[in-house]
Order: sequence, then C-alpha cells, then structure tokens
Amino acid sequence: MGSTTSGSIAVAAESTVATRMSAPPSYDVADFAVPHGREEEWRFTPLERLRGLHDGTATATGEGVKVAVEAPEGVTVETVGRDDARLGRAGTPVDRVAAQAYSAFDQASVVTVPKETVLTEPVRIAVHGEGGTAYGHQLIELGAFAEALVVIDHTGDAVLAANVDFVLGDGAKLTVVSVQDWDDKAVHVAQHNALVGRDASFKSVVVTFGGDVVRLHPRVSYAGPGAEAELFGLYFTDAGQHQEHRLLVDHNVPHCKSNVVYKGALQGDDAHAVWIGDVLIEAKAEGTDTYEMNRNLVLTDGARVDSVPNLEIETGEIVGAGHASATGRFDDEQLFYLMARGIPEKDARRLVVRGFFAELVQQIGVPDIEERLIAKIEEELEAAVA
Amino acid sequence: MATLEIRDLHVTVEVENGTKEILKGVDLTVKQGETHAIMGPNGSGKSTLAYSLAGHPKYTITGGTVTLDGEDVLEMSVDERARAGLFLAMQYPVEVPGVSVSNFLRTSATAIRGEAPKLRTWVKEVKEAMERLNMDPAFAERNVNEGFSGGEKKRHEILQLELLKPKVAILDETDSGLDVDALRVVSEGVNRVRESGEVGTLLITHYTRILRYIKPDHVHVFANGRIAESGGAELADQLEAEGYDKYVKGGASE
Repeated sequence: MGSTTSGSIAVAAESTVATRMSAPPSYDVADFAVPHGREEEWRFTPLERLRGLHDGTATATGEGVKVAVEAPEGVTVETVGRDDARLGRAGTPVDRVAAQAYSAFDQASVVTVPKETVLTEPVRIAVHGEGGTAYGHQLIELGAFAEALVVIDHTGDAVLAANVDFVLGDGAKLTVVSVQDWDDKAVHVAQHNALVGRDASFKSVVVTFGGDVVRLHPRVSYAGPGAEAELFGLYFTDAGQHQEHRLLVDHNVPHCKSNVVYKGALQGDDAHAVWIGDVLIEAKAEGTDTYEMNRNLVLTDGARVDSVPNLEIETGEIVGAGHASATGRFDDEQLFYLMARGIPEKDARRLVVRGFFAELVQQIGVPDIEERLIAKIEEELEAAVA
Repeated sequence: MATLEIRDLHVTVEVENGTKEILKGVDLTVKQGETHAIMGPNGSGKSTLAYSLAGHPKYTITGGTVTLDGEDVLEMSVDERARAGLFLAMQYPVEVPGVSVSNFLRTSATAIRGEAPKLRTWVKEVKEAMERLNMDPAFAERNVNEGFSGGEKKRHEILQLELLKPKVAILDETDSGLDVDALRVVSEGVNRVRESGEVGTLLITHYTRILRYIKPDHVHVFANGRIAESGGAELADQLEAEGYDKYVKGGASE
C-alpha cells in the first residue's frame, strides 16, 4: 500500500482541536471566510463539488427536500420557525457550511420524547431529496430518563446542508442511526451536535453509502458527569465518491466515557474516504475513559483514504485514552490465496468485506438495522462486481 | 487414479526490462499416492512451477500442457483448479484481515466439497485436525495469517491440506523458516495425508532436511527452468553431499 494513492495514514502532530479551525464557532455565516481549500478543516474536501454550499451561491429551492417524521405515541413532533429558543443548544456551527445552514434554514423539525418515556418503537425521520437545494435543522430532545431509537434516512437527490441537534436529559438513552443512502449526485454536509446529560447514554450510528459528496461532522459534548457516548460509523465508498466523517468528542466534564469506531470499505477509481477523529480531554475532565478507532479496507486500486486520529489530553487524571487507525488492502494476493482454496472470486470479496464489518455491525445492537446494513453491504458488493 | 501430467511447460514472467522465461520445458507426472521432491537452487524456477500450476496471474504460460486426470488445468481459473483437486501450500501465506480462520476453513471446505459440511461433524473435524498439529483452539478465531508466526502459518497451511484432501498437493518450501519441532509437526501432518494413499505430493524444497521426515519416491533436481536430473531417494543424499554446483554450472545460461 502506497502512502499516496491507495491509502495513506497521517497521524496529526501536536495541534489543538480549536486552533486547527480557521475561525471560532459561530451561528452566523458571515463570521467565516469562504474557504479556499487549504484550511485544515477543508483540505480533504473537494470544494468544487459542494455545489456552492460553501460560498453562498447555493440558494434553497423550496420543495427541494421533504422531511417526514413518523413517531410512536407519546412523542411530540413539531415544525417550528428559526427563532424557536430550543434550537442551537447542543452545539455551535464550527465551519462555514454548518453556519450557512444555520443562517439559512426556514423551518426546523423538533422531536421531543418526554421525560421517563421509554419508546418501544423507533422514531423514523425520512429525509428525501427531490433534486433541490435545502438548508435543514432538526432537534431531537429526550427528557430525563427517556429512551428512544431514532432512525434518520437520507434518500433521493439533493444538495443539503443541515445541523442536527440531540439533547439528552439526565439518565436518558438515545440511539440515533443516520443512514446516507443518497442517489449518486447528492451533496450532503451536516453537523451533528449531541449534548449528553448527566448519566445519559448516547449512541450514534452513521452509515454512509451513497452520494457524490457526503461530509458529516458528528460532535459530542457532555452536560454532566457519568455520561457515555458511542459513535459508530460504517461507510462504503465507491468510485468517484467523497465520504468524509469528522468526529469530535469534547470531554468537558469529569467521569464520562466515549468510544468511537468507524470502519469503511472503498472500491473504484477516485473513491475517497476521510476520517478525522478528534478527542479532547479538557483539564477539568478527570476520570475520562475514551477510545477511538478507524479501520479502512481498500478493495481496489485507485481509492484513497485519509485517516487522522487526534487525541488531545489536558489532564493526566484519566481512566484511559487511546486511538488507532489502520488502512489495509484487499489485494490480488489475498484474492489468489482465497481462490486457491476453491473460493470463487465474488465469494472471496464478500467474505473479506463481511468479516471486516461484522464486529462493528454487531455492536449496533438494533437487529433490524443490522440486517439492513448487511443487506446493503451485499448490494454494494454486487454492484461493484457487476 | 488421479494423475497430474505436466508436458513441456514453458512459463514467462514480466520483469522490469521485458519478459523473462522462467520455465523452459518442464516434464513431470505425479500420480496419486506418489511423493515427488523437487529440489534446486534459489532462482531455478521451483516456486514458479508451483504458482503456475495453481494459476497465479503473475505467470504466463507460453507453451506446454498440464492435465489432471485428462482435464486441461491451464484452462481453469484459480478456484476451479482448487475444486478440481489441486492444492498449493504456500511459502508465504497471505494475511486476510477480517476473516477468521474458522470462517475461512468452512467457506473453503464448502467450495471444495460442493456442499457445506455438517456443522456438528465439521467442528469436531477441525478441532481434531488442529490438535494433531499442536494448534491452540483459540487459533480458529484469529484472522487468517494475521500476526501468525512463521511456524503458525505453515501449520495453518497443513491444516487446510488435511481438511481439504486434495488429489495433488504442492508444498512450496513448506520447510523454510521452521525450527526442528515445527518441522516435525508439519511433516507428520503431510505424512498423515500421504498415508491415505489418495494424494500425489509435490514437495518443493531447497534443503534436504525435510526429506528425513517425508520420504520421497522420486527426487528431481530443478535447474535453469527444467528438470535436470531425476532419481530415487538416493539422489537427495547425493545433493546433500555435493550441493547444486554441477547443475548450476551445467545449466547456466544467464
């Protein structure tokens, strides 16, 4: 595996999470200069394919993207205006596109699970692109000790920039599955902000298959001690696709846990996956326990991976902190080895890719999502073989 | 009776400055139950023979025939050759991340046998085969060849040999890099398969050491891309004493 075209790993040198951004977080797009592509946070992203989301030229087209929320009884679903005071509490936009989305959205979807309400059925949010351009905002809020599974499905064709907020009350448990199953031309840039309450558990499962450019920025901070966050991600990057996942876990209070596992498979010319894993353990966050991992499986020549784990520790009084990143190739020698044991080529590829994702899929803990992912992975493989 | 017939096999490989002929007319017949040792100096083309028979894409067949029970092996894809009964124990087995040994073995056995082995008997079969090769049961849950020591890799190859029961087994430098204990364990595995009488064995080696454990019926000296001399087990003793010098000089054309 070369360090340039077929997979490269760069471990960031000592640079702080905050100073690597070209501007401080802000809700106002005017606080960010139009990126030129050499900024740390934009250097991997093909700006010319963002369809103007980054420079103010992308204008919302009204019926561009439809959002439908299906929720079980006991859940409040609202569509609210941009001045609703509940919006924007989970985090502040950290780059120009997120700020653009925050400055431009007209309406937001707000899903509220009242305190102590334990859902047995998932909340389903369907975001369907109909060829237009849109700026979105969603808030999912769980009251104290509420429990919910929220599945957000992104399908169709769209140019979409959005902020998605998750606010978890004390002791709440939220699993969010965000599936990016876009058509080939879609462009999707979003910041996910989770604010995790005391003793609460947040699990994020990000699954990216489709789109021309998908750039997601899942971020977690804590509102009280004893909380935990698990951030799982799975992506399958095909020829020409750019899929970028930029994680940040800000351990800003003591005694919280985080675990980040992202795995991706790539195949085809100019498939490009980017993974940035930032974990910040602030000086006051004693007793932190964190681990982050990114693994990539490069199935063919011509694909590129940039994987940058970055762990910044401001206190030594922690339980544990670690990170790992590795990119491996499925190459002709592996294929030969498996085929020399009688295994047909298609089965050999399937075997390797399935095995690669299996452990991660099992950790999701939602059986129908697991089955759907396995089916989708198979589908991606079929498409690639054909 | 299964027979592998190699006739006037010519093989080339692409190198930096063009095409190079490595095999220059190999003739060899391996019958079920027989053990042939192919010995020769480094660079003589022994491994090229092994990988060409298995169908590695790096090698181009430019002439000659290879048949297994009359079937044209050279027309078959790599996996078809394996299913037809050819097995290559590799000198440098490849790591396959994300695929456990147990999953790999079962997938392979399913492909070779044409149906999935019954789980109950299969688990027992694997467990016993691993015990015979002094392999820790935890081994089955590791990823194929990932982080294996040299000895573990070779045991894993022989484990596959025992489970897949090929018609013709080609062992490419299976002895290289093994200490005496590992060599004994691996050789015993090969001998168990040979004792079934159902496999023809092509043992490719640089050293005579392994022949103390695995007694060949025929010994061939490989030099300059072809078989330079054939004989019985006594030829190995002669090589032990005299080395490959006379073959290297005699066949030197490069």
